[in-house]
Amino acid sequence: MDAMIELAWTVTKIVALVIPLFIAVAYMTYAERKIISAMQLRRGPNRVGWHGLLQPIADALKLLMKEVVLPQNANRALFVIAPMLSIMPALAAWAVLPLSEGLVIADINAGLLYVLAMTSMGVYGIILAGWASNSKYALLGAMRAGAQVVSYEIAMGFALVGVLMSAGSLNLGEIVQAQQGPIWNWFWLPLLPLFVVYWISGVAETNRLPFDVAEGESEIVAGFHVEYSGMAFAIFFLAEYANMILISGLAAIMFLGGWYSPFHGLPLLGPAFEWVPGIVWFVLKTCLFLFLFIWFRATFPRYRYDQIMRLGWKVLIPVTVVWLIVLSVMILTGFGPWF
Amino acid sequence: MQSVKEFFGTFMLSELIKGMRLTGKHLFDAKYTLEYPEEKAPQSPRFRGLHALRRYPNGEERCIACKLCEAVCPALAITIESEPRDDGTRRTTRYDIDLFKCIYCGFCEESCPVDSIVETRIHEYHFEQRGEQIMHKQDLLAVGERYEAQLAEDRAADAPYR
Repeated sequence: MDAMIELAWTVTKIVALVIPLFIAVAYMTYAERKIISAMQLRRGPNRVGWHGLLQPIADALKLLMKEVVLPQNANRALFVIAPMLSIMPALAAWAVLPLSEGLVIADINAGLLYVLAMTSMGVYGIILAGWASNSKYALLGAMRAGAQVVSYEIAMGFALVGVLMSAGSLNLGEIVQAQQGPIWNWFWLPLLPLFVVYWISGVAETNRLPFDVAEGESEIVAGFHVEYSGMAFAIFFLAEYANMILISGLAAIMFLGGWYSPFHGLPLLGPAFEWVPGIVWFVLKTCLFLFLFIWFRATFPRYRYDQIMRLGWKVLIPVTVVWLIVLSVMILTGFGPWF
Repeated sequence: MQSVKEFFGTFMLSELIKGMRLTGKHLFDAKYTLEYPEEKAPQSPRFRGLHALRRYPNGEERCIACKLCEAVCPALAITIESEPRDDGTRRTTRYDIDLFKCIYCGFCEESCPVDSIVETRIHEYHFEQRGEQIMHKQDLLAVGERYEAQLAEDRAADAPYR
């Protein structure tokens, strides 16, 4: 009986996390279209509902009604499994993200490792989708995505090594607690180069512009998901955006002090913002990064493929290694307010 | 020395920040979008839309079946047949324009010696049945009658430049 209640409670928690996440994904697409159009001096969607606010719902309905085409020569089983494989890790990684103090589904002690494992899993969905489609463009897109994600995983992993060195823990909640204090106590300042590297690899990891060669509309149509339509396509879309939100949430947790207010512990401003719940700060910080994603997309042209590889291997990885050494010295000498 | 400076300069990501500042600035600029069905862009008097056949103020149709428009039409969209009328003048018995073939170049209007075939400002029209895209003589004359005031005004406005 107790086990049943436990199970029901866990399922409730999962639903309570996943439903808002899906809504966030839907409105992320809306925000993206609106912000990019504003930057291009357009108005963006404004027909469905007030200022186009119902647009994502209309889009979802349209995709639901559309036919899912199974290409004749596709590997049927893998073709169907691939979208699931890409969305599952994107959602599963959320289990260990602390939204606020203690507000986490699974408070496991190797949370960071789990997150890294999950984000790496996402690439299987892409590769399988490209392979199972039995299409040139899809295969090219999948190969590009695979190589890119694997290379940037290393830079990202190294950047996160810096975080766990500073926090002395792999548990995401403890990483946030290690940053307790006002805005200059958070890890973004001592780990600034790692923060930038993490963010760039995060953008590359999610295959977003300027690293979207996996999709590259102008070269390989839509990359790995050319052959997908209807709901199967929507799931890839969902996974991409869920991954973006995940990477943003992780950035907020590891570099911007998670649920702490930027005035935490300050004499006057600290108590003035005491009433704001931690989750609000977490969501605000995540939104900041999501806005960066969109801003990047509106600003930067797509990288050439060899340039992506050069940036990943020859720039980002050396930078992280150098900074890890600097960081070790900083930790050993007890530098600043952080260590 | 310069290259060393540039090498370390790239780590400051200054070009990226410059670009982002530009797009960030545009985020708040006034938008150019025209809310189409409610707002419309201004049209030139030379606008080339749906075709029409005009009449003289006394009600006589202008077209004299010279077939210059048929000859000049690059898309072969115009088909004309003609016969002498009872009063001895030559008139068209058939004047068809296939709007799917038409490329709206305006050559027919240019070639017409009596300003009979013209292109109106109408650009919002549709067909629901196959065959409706072929405008017959009476359809074209009806369009001309309906928009004669606007047509005359546009020809007058453009006359000094012809």
